[in-house]
Amino acid sequence: MLSLIASTISILAAAVTEGEGLKAIGAGLGYGLAAIGPGIGIGIVVGAAIDAMTRQPESAGTARTTMFLGIAFTEALALIGFVVFILLLP
Amino acid sequence: MKILALEFPPVSHLFEWPDFAFEGTPLAMNKTVLIYLFAFALTLGLFLLAGSKKGLVPRGISHVAEGGINFVEDSIVAQTMGPDGKKYVPFLTTMFFFIFFSNIFEVIPFIQFPANARMAVPIAMALMVWVIYNFLGVKNQGFFGYIKNSLFPPGVPKALYIIVTPIEFFSVFIIRPLSLAIRLWANMVAGHLLLVTFAVLSATLWDSTYVGAVAPAAMLILMTGFEILVSFLQAFIFTILTAVYMGGAIHPEH
Repeated sequence: MLSLIASTISILAAAVTEGEGLKAIGAGLGYGLAAIGPGIGIGIVVGAAIDAMTRQPESAGTARTTMFLGIAFTEALALIGFVVFILLLP
Repeated sequence: MKILALEFPPVSHLFEWPDFAFEGTPLAMNKTVLIYLFAFALTLGLFLLAGSKKGLVPRGISHVAEGGINFVEDSIVAQTMGPDGKKYVPFLTTMFFFIFFSNIFEVIPFIQFPANARMAVPIAMALMVWVIYNFLGVKNQGFFGYIKNSLFPPGVPKALYIIVTPIEFFSVFIIRPLSLAIRLWANMVAGHLLLVTFAVLSATLWDSTYVGAVAPAAMLILMTGFEILVSFLQAFIFTILTAVYMGGAIHPEH
């Protein structure tokens, strides 16, 4: 048991001194965190658009266009997180 | 790079292609440039061929071109710029088809690379859009009117302008072109990575187990369909955002 902990610590220490492993963890965590907000946001946008479309089917075209615009603006945050992920990849 | 004991190619290998002609000159050609030339020729050819065919009822290629123009006019220009935007329909249609054709090479067999996964052309198009909407704003509202309307949005309490004006400055003049370019580029990079991941997974599992490749191969087919949708949607979003920015410059908020 002790030897296992010791080996884990030495592996972690090697990762920290190398920096590569930390970089990968940081990149993965960064992308995951960046995806939370836009995920919720896109859900709200699409939900509201479906609400509007079912209440007023005659204005579905406008609602759809506005929905895509809202998605595009919200998605930009997740994409910036994805770009950071690509840049941080070892 | 080894992930799950798979030999995954480094990311740079998926996007950087070696030059095959005119090496070392500014005119160096690689796969990306070639795809852009194809996309350019397809866009030009589509509309030249469609335009050369006369007839009351559009058939074949004219039908495709007219459908495209109608789509851009009805669902992009009419929704965002109103009747004033009619003279920008040719520009927006060309932009839509060029982006769509350069994206769709992502799923065409043996080519399978979305040219917009390289940053150069998206950022160049975004800068072009930036110049166009600023020019339209200055032309339609006058220089000071445009600055006033874009930096001091109406209906905001006076004291809040201390916060609102810097934010608006960043978002209108800096973030807009950047996010336009990054949105297109990052979507294409993500799609290409996704397809490569499932392709590598299926190939490796086929080599080792045969049966195991079924699931990733099914996913690959599904994702290919999804990427067709994404390449259409990104062309649509780039065009509609261009139209929104141009419409905002032509008709300021009151």
